[in-house]
Amino acid sequence: MKQCVYLVEENELIAQNTYRMVFSGDASAFTAPGQFLNLQISGLYLRRPFSVCEWEEGCVTIVYKVVGAGTQKMATFKRGREVDVLTGLGNGYDVSKSGLRPLLIGGGAGVLPLMMLCKTLLAKGKQPSIAMGFGSAGEAFFQNTFEELGVPVSIATMDGSLGAKGVVLDACRMDACTYFYACGPVPMLKAVCAASCSDGQVSLEERMGCGFGACMGCTVITQSGPKRVCTDGPVFAKGELIW
Amino acid sequence: MNTSITLCGVTLSNPVIAASGTFGFGEDFAKLYDINCLGSFSMKGTTLLPREGNPTPRIAECACGMLNAVGLQNPGIDKVISEELPKIAEFYHKPVMANVSGFSVDEYAEVCRRLNDQAQVGWIELNISCPNVHGGGLAFGTSPQAAGQVTKAARRATKKPLIVKLSPNVTDIAEVARACEAEGADGLSLINTLLGMRLDLKTRRPVLNNITGGLSGPAVFPVALRMVYQVYEAVCVPLLGIGGISSAADVLEMMLAGATAVQVGSANLINPCACRDIIEALPATMAEYGVKDLKDMIGGAH
Repeated sequence: MKQCVYLVEENELIAQNTYRMVFSGDASAFTAPGQFLNLQISGLYLRRPFSVCEWEEGCVTIVYKVVGAGTQKMATFKRGREVDVLTGLGNGYDVSKSGLRPLLIGGGAGVLPLMMLCKTLLAKGKQPSIAMGFGSAGEAFFQNTFEELGVPVSIATMDGSLGAKGVVLDACRMDACTYFYACGPVPMLKAVCAASCSDGQVSLEERMGCGFGACMGCTVITQSGPKRVCTDGPVFAKGELIW
Repeated sequence: MNTSITLCGVTLSNPVIAASGTFGFGEDFAKLYDINCLGSFSMKGTTLLPREGNPTPRIAECACGMLNAVGLQNPGIDKVISEELPKIAEFYHKPVMANVSGFSVDEYAEVCRRLNDQAQVGWIELNISCPNVHGGGLAFGTSPQAAGQVTKAARRATKKPLIVKLSPNVTDIAEVARACEAEGADGLSLINTLLGMRLDLKTRRPVLNNITGGLSGPAVFPVALRMVYQVYEAVCVPLLGIGGISSAADVLEMMLAGATAVQVGSANLINPCACRDIIEALPATMAEYGVKDLKDMIGGAH
């Protein structure tokens, strides 16, 4: 973990209620896709954790959906604004276990950490494919970006306005992959784990106090006892979780 | 300029102690800065047996503060002694405060007894005020009789300085304070969190799985200050002021009300370097208010 001051470089609407925010600043604490940052918003007491979508030297990108007071304020952030962030939080995905053809499965905002994961897997010569689920076509994002990377993309929307009608599992075949990486709401993660024949990793979300292991606010019960989503996770192996 | 104080016979380089439940066992903070700058830190509340704590969500927010309903998640006293204290010895070289909780008078006494031979432990902080567990903690802190009873049992079980952590969720905190002092408490720390709750307008249900939780943060500072002021007039033992302290000025104010030392809690969760930053700011803040020796501030408002 590293505490940094980031500068907002971009903050643009990319889908319904969904913004992409690019920061300049020290990205050295990030070591694995699936890690997150914890951002201070003036006027709110607790920091807000956000999955990091991509990073490179001196530059970090998050994508967030406006759902409450914090993200409403963030949507008004202008270029040049300074933001206090805790960076390099969480364990991130373990890419060494992917096999040749891993399947990446994202539901809604859960698609975010899969971008860096996908690029990391491609750089290692793997052949990932991605399945994404959204509420409707208006909420969908990243389809083009993944396609430009040459990654097979399948999409499901609840209202059928884009891709298959239904949940993300309706858009993908769990039996053809060597391994899976999932991020999304808990019911989706449970369904993915139940439907999968292979091993995999899931990224959990929980309300956090600190985001760096001090308050024990975000505990999940695992096969090896209580674990902190913020520091022992957010990524857990499929077999570790007690659903 | 002198920032040192003496707490139950142990001299601290400064009065800033990281509060239990906001600092774990120090490890996550030691990675970030040298925590030997602290006056001390109070370890995560420990019970006889391991506890998983309450189901999530355990955290909620409000204006100027937060609520938690962690419910004393901890690895149990035996693991704290065999694993956590040796780990702490690698990065922290001063006496630590052991925060002890329980569900019966005997359990409190037994945990205290097991800590007797631990040289690293400078003080025992008896937590009789956790609002997030049922049948324990707070149940002992809300009546002077029960508080006195558990203090008496802990007093018999340990020779270490005994500090009792008081609950603000009472009608008259001075009465509970006097009962603890009468049964042998060497010091009192106050306040623990205030019982509160939040509702989610979307689901129309409580935000916290436990329904209620403990309120902390700057929102509670004036309540804590008032209670330290009242208890200072009721007892002779030293007081540790806790509740929303976030700056060096807050430390001075709390000491004026009667605190010998202070604990910094929620601020650690927002700014992981909060304790260090407060300690570093102490000399300048003392100079600003013409304070040469911090000890001179203790109870100065009375």
